[in-house]
Amino acid sequence: MKKTKFNEAHYVLKGKMIEFCGWDLPVQYSGVSAEHVAVRTSGGIFDVSHMGEIFFRGPQALDAVQYLTSNDAAKLIPGKVQYSGLMTEKGCFVDDLLVHKISDTEYFIVVNAANLEKDYAWMKSKTTQFDVEVINESADYAQVAIQGPKAGKLLAELTNTDLAAMSYYTFTKGEVMGMDAIIARTGYTGEYGFEVYIKDDAQKASKLFLELCQKGEKYGVVPVGLGARDSLRLECCMALYGNDIDDSHTILEANLAWILKLQKGDFIGKDVLLKQKEAGIQRKLVGFEMIGRGIARHGYPVYVDGQQFETIGSGTMTPFLKKAVGMTYLPIGKTEPGSEFQVKIREELVTAKVVATPFYKFDQKSI
Amino acid sequence: MSTKDLKFTEKHEWASVNGNIATFGITDYAQHQFGDIVFIELPTMGKSFSKGAACANIESVKAVADMYAPVSGEVTEVNSSLENAPEQINKEPYGAGWVCKVKMADAAELDSLMDESAYENYVKSVEEK
Repeated sequence: MKKTKFNEAHYVLKGKMIEFCGWDLPVQYSGVSAEHVAVRTSGGIFDVSHMGEIFFRGPQALDAVQYLTSNDAAKLIPGKVQYSGLMTEKGCFVDDLLVHKISDTEYFIVVNAANLEKDYAWMKSKTTQFDVEVINESADYAQVAIQGPKAGKLLAELTNTDLAAMSYYTFTKGEVMGMDAIIARTGYTGEYGFEVYIKDDAQKASKLFLELCQKGEKYGVVPVGLGARDSLRLECCMALYGNDIDDSHTILEANLAWILKLQKGDFIGKDVLLKQKEAGIQRKLVGFEMIGRGIARHGYPVYVDGQQFETIGSGTMTPFLKKAVGMTYLPIGKTEPGSEFQVKIREELVTAKVVATPFYKFDQKSI
Repeated sequence: MSTKDLKFTEKHEWASVNGNIATFGITDYAQHQFGDIVFIELPTMGKSFSKGAACANIESVKAVADMYAPVSGEVTEVNSSLENAPEQINKEPYGAGWVCKVKMADAAELDSLMDESAYENYVKSVEEK
């Protein structure tokens, strides 16, 4: 099993370790619910080093990124981050990712751990016509996310970077505990927070993780495992590859038209998506809440008017809102808030209804 | 509640016996493995289960698992307070977190269950794996 550079810290903190995408990572420390609520009310520290870091370098770096992704990377200025889709020819997802523009000739892309090898191979094979080097530097990087209302206060104790001046989806190079770092105001929790990338060795990295936990104590900031990472992202309706987005649903069906810029130049999947936009989609990803007793989970069959229609994308009982919620695809005509459908939970059909998303919206005033 | 008179299964359920009525629950080890329990589907009153059959369904934020009947019997009572407070199972797995009571079909089945010390050794052996 692969170990992140923070691995030693998880054992010091007595995290409950599991294998995730080939990595030895904590699913929880104190408990999923407590960790989830801590992030919403004060903050959490996450090891997200399993995510992949791929660099595009060269005179045609932008052209390559534009050709591979759905969003308009030409809109980025150095220091800006963009959420985007790595598209198949059919306008579906190879993966979703974050594009960071370092300069006109250098982009830093963060992808899902589960898709890293696939993404890297795809990116290399589809950009041979461009003067660009695509380099997988994932093994060099450790990534720690500090998320929640107190994230800025905590991180400020370990860096001179003016964190308060950073707006959402920007990044900067800086130093954290004396280590060179990329500091980004991004995250996967729906909270105010930062993601910090460092290249130092495991010993220094673990020390940083433990220092964050120790300094975080007085703010109520705690280490958080993969369990709460999933419930946090679902509560604010951030899609998870393999659950809510995949290579068989298009970006339009996934309700992610805001990261699709059809007016930009040519890119993989554009033709299909142009046609689909014109013709209209037949199904759409929605958020739902259970009406009957039960929790709809990933893979449970969905029934619309007595007929099975696909399966649940994501579902859980959210620890903060204390509601059984989820995301799933429904046929057009059944996707309006209030629309009811059924989920088969252990051989019984339980009623759910479409609700407005996100389930949880971050409150700026709470920082 | 004292656990010294309880009987235990390899699937980490417990049973306590009073006359021909057995009370079922999950063990402290099981609730730790689950993490925060957020939902329980209780058995239906009057339903009969054979030993080892799934009789309740327990969910934490991440995991879903069945609870299996330690012995055969007919459900005479369920702990409906768990529907609104499933976390009782985490807090008091051997007390307020009990799941259901059954009228035993065959009290001899109890002999196949572990006593407390045997169960403690069993948990140790599981953890070492």
